[in-house]
Formats: sequence, C-alpha cells, structure tokens
Amino acid sequence: MFGTTMSKKTLLNSKEIDIILHRLACQLIENHNTFENTVLIGIQPRGTYLAERLMHILQKEYNIQNIEFGQLDITFYRDDFRRRNAPAEANKTNINFIIEDKNVVFIDDVLFSGRSIRAALTAIQSFGRPSNIELLVLIDRRFSRHLPIQPDYRGRQVDVINQERVTVNWEERDGNDTVYIINN
Amino acid sequence: MSQLSVKNLLGIKHLNKADIDLIFETADHFKEVINRPIKKVPSLRDITIANLFFENSTRTKLSFELAEKRLSADVINFSASQSSVKKGETLIDTANNILSMKVDLIVMRHPNVGACDFLSKHVNAAIVNAGDGTHEHPTQALLDSYSIRERLGSLQGKKIVIIGDILHSRVALSNIYALQLQGAEIKVCGPKTLIPKYIENLGVGVEYDIKKALDWCDVANVLRVQNERMAINYFPSTREYTQLFGINKKLLDSLDKEIIIMHPGPINRGVEITSDVADSNQSIILNQVENGVAIRMAVIYLLAQQIERT
Repeated sequence: MFGTTMSKKTLLNSKEIDIILHRLACQLIENHNTFENTVLIGIQPRGTYLAERLMHILQKEYNIQNIEFGQLDITFYRDDFRRRNAPAEANKTNINFIIEDKNVVFIDDVLFSGRSIRAALTAIQSFGRPSNIELLVLIDRRFSRHLPIQPDYRGRQVDVINQERVTVNWEERDGNDTVYIINN
Repeated sequence: MSQLSVKNLLGIKHLNKADIDLIFETADHFKEVINRPIKKVPSLRDITIANLFFENSTRTKLSFELAEKRLSADVINFSASQSSVKKGETLIDTANNILSMKVDLIVMRHPNVGACDFLSKHVNAAIVNAGDGTHEHPTQALLDSYSIRERLGSLQGKKIVIIGDILHSRVALSNIYALQLQGAEIKVCGPKTLIPKYIENLGVGVEYDIKKALDWCDVANVLRVQNERMAINYFPSTREYTQLFGINKKLLDSLDKEIIIMHPGPINRGVEITSDVADSNQSIILNQVENGVAIRMAVIYLLAQQIERT
C-alpha cells in the first residue's frame, strides 16, 4: 500500500549509449574482420533496433559494406505458450539467406532469464546449421539467468533486483536513446 | 488484439472483422515459416489434435494434417468409413471416446449441417469445423479471402462473383459471410435451380447471365458441380451447364479486363472451368492450396492458445 509509486532512474544516457555502441562495433570488427562469413541477427522485436544501429556504425564509420543482416522472431519457439496471461504477439522474421556454415551473431537489447535466447537458438536451426553462434547484448542483467546462457559481447552489466525492469528506449521509436531502470 | 473472440471455429458467422484480421496476420507469419528450409515450429508440442472426417476429403484433410504437424502437434486421424460409426455409435460417444485419450482439439468434417455446433456443446475440446454438410466451411472461406487479399491488397469494395452450385455449397455461404465482413460486394451466378431462394436477404446480388457477372466482377470464385449432393437433376445435362456457366478462355478474352479466377477444388476440368483457364496466370488455384496450410496453422495456433492447461 505504500509501495505504489513507480520510480524510474536513468542507467545510461544517449552519449553513454553512443560510446558503448561504438565499442561493441569495434569488438565485432576485432572478431569478424570484414564480416565476409558473418551474419547479424536482431532478435524481434526489441533487438532489431540495436542491430540496425550497429549496422549503421559498421557501414558508415568503419566502411564495412555488404554485411548480411536479418531479423528473427521467436514467438513460435517460446517455452511459455499457454502459460502466459496475455498471448504473445508475433513479429516478422526476415532472413533471406542460408546460414549454413556462417558465423551468426544474435543481437538483443536486454539479457534477463536467457529464455528468449534459448528460443532463438532453436528458431535459427530452421535456416541451416551455423558454424557458430555468438550473443551481443546492450544490457546484461546479472544473477537473473534461468538457463546457462552468457553474452559474448555486453554493453553494460547491471545488478537489478527482480521486480525492477530494464527498459531501453531508442530514438527512432521512443524519441530518445536512454536505458531506464523502472521499479513498480 | 492478439486473441480470437471465439473458443471454437464453427463458422465465419461467429467471427468479427478483428478475428479475421488477426488470423490473416498470424497466417502471414506462418506463410514465411512454411517457406523456410525447415518448415516447422514447436509451439503446439503439448497439444493433441484429432481429425474426425465423417465425409470424404483429400485436400482439406491433408492441409489440416500438414498444418498441425508444422505446428508440432500430435495428430490422430479418423475416417468414418473405417470406424465404429458403421456399428451404430453416436457422434458424442465417438467424440468422448477420443477425448478420453486426452485430445485437446477436434477438427471435424461431417455430412450433417450443425454437427460441429452440436459437438461443441457436448464435449470439452476446441472444435474446428472442416465443413458441415451444406452449411459452412470456414477455413476455406478464410483462405479464399486471404488469397484475394494477397493479389488485390484489400477486399474493401472489391467485386466478387461466386459461380455454380450455390444451393449445396458450404464454401459459398462461408465465403459470403467472410467477404461481407471485409467490405466486399458479392454476386452469385448459376442455374436458377441451384440458387437458394431468399439469398438476396443475405445482401447478395443474383445474376443468371455469366457474361454479365464476369463483366461486373474483379474476382470469380468458380465452384464445383457437386453431383454427389444432387439426388435429383437440377439442370438438364452437364453439357448444357458447361455451355451456360462454364468458364473458358474465349469468355475471359471477351472481357475488357483481367479478372482473378479461383476454385476451391477438386476441379471438374472441362465442366465448370476449362484446363487452359485453370492453369493460366489469372488463376490463383494453387496459391489457394498453399495459403490453406498457413491459414489452418493460424486458426489452430490461435485456438490452441486459448485451451486451458490441465
């Protein structure tokens, strides 16, 4: 009865996000060089914004062209079908290439329980057998994993208690680049 | 909106526009799925579906079964010709026996009108009507609309003519309901004996001249002449039917536009439609079949979502 007020604090502002995005892009270049045999996969719906930002930096600022980029929706691969209160809404999957023997990089905004990534690992098999899969996230919530899944590239690691939510706002969708921790 | 307003798909009559939009949107996703190298998703791995076919069917049964398997459901099949129905078992008993084996969803085709509505009131499982007598065939109407929408963008204000045996056709009735929900204009065309009396009360126009009907429409949905449902002669001869209502290349070439040709199958080639028309670029008959799987996946997925876990 006393805890009804919602608190919202800023974890990262747009300048900090910009620095992190450039660092993540450089880390990708370090491991994938020209991206000749690499594909970037944004996890729908929220990971695609991050993926598009990274693509933009790689193309415009580091002049790496012809990076293969797709969007993967995991709705039909979730393990909570009929277990959620509200039905999950599907998004578009857009992968117009075969990922057989490619290096795949999954890109998502927040890594929490790891269940979305588990679903993505199953979903991606429908497009072939990749040579390997890596995971890039903007926010890694520590101590919250339900599954043994860890990121290969992380923007910022945070300790957040369970009832708190981490929300990433993107300028193209929400008007500003900010990461909030919301307690409600 | 991400949930249907109904728990069973008994007929288009029970749906609203938002339901149809949701089914189409979901079918878009599944159409992408069935064009992947691996065409399967694990969503329904804890759902068991019984396909009860009390009337013959090839395409609909295959299409449903494929849709169920693409969703990873467990599937059991039952056809009346090889069952205890012949020994006198009632419909409810048959269904309840199957349900005791822990089935969550029933897809049923039955020769009697209203069989699915009846079953839905007596058994505890989600029901999908795969055709009940001359009443409704909702998934066919959904895939027809979906296929038109794919070609024309939207159904709003489009002119659709349904040609042939309207009297015995569950496809016609379900199509009329579905098209009207989406704002299309509808006419039916066929021999007087095969047009139901009072069909105008549904808000449907009637045209007896095939040339005029085709001149008017954007899409012609050509139905099969259902000899098996005709105990009496509704027209003098198949040849006369073909001459008066058959769709051929010459007739289509005489129009000043290119219309879309549909047929729910199975085709009587040379009777209601000639081969050159059925196989032409104007025809979307095979698109209808492909879309049928995506539509049925969507319907089953959305209904299964609402089944309570036990």
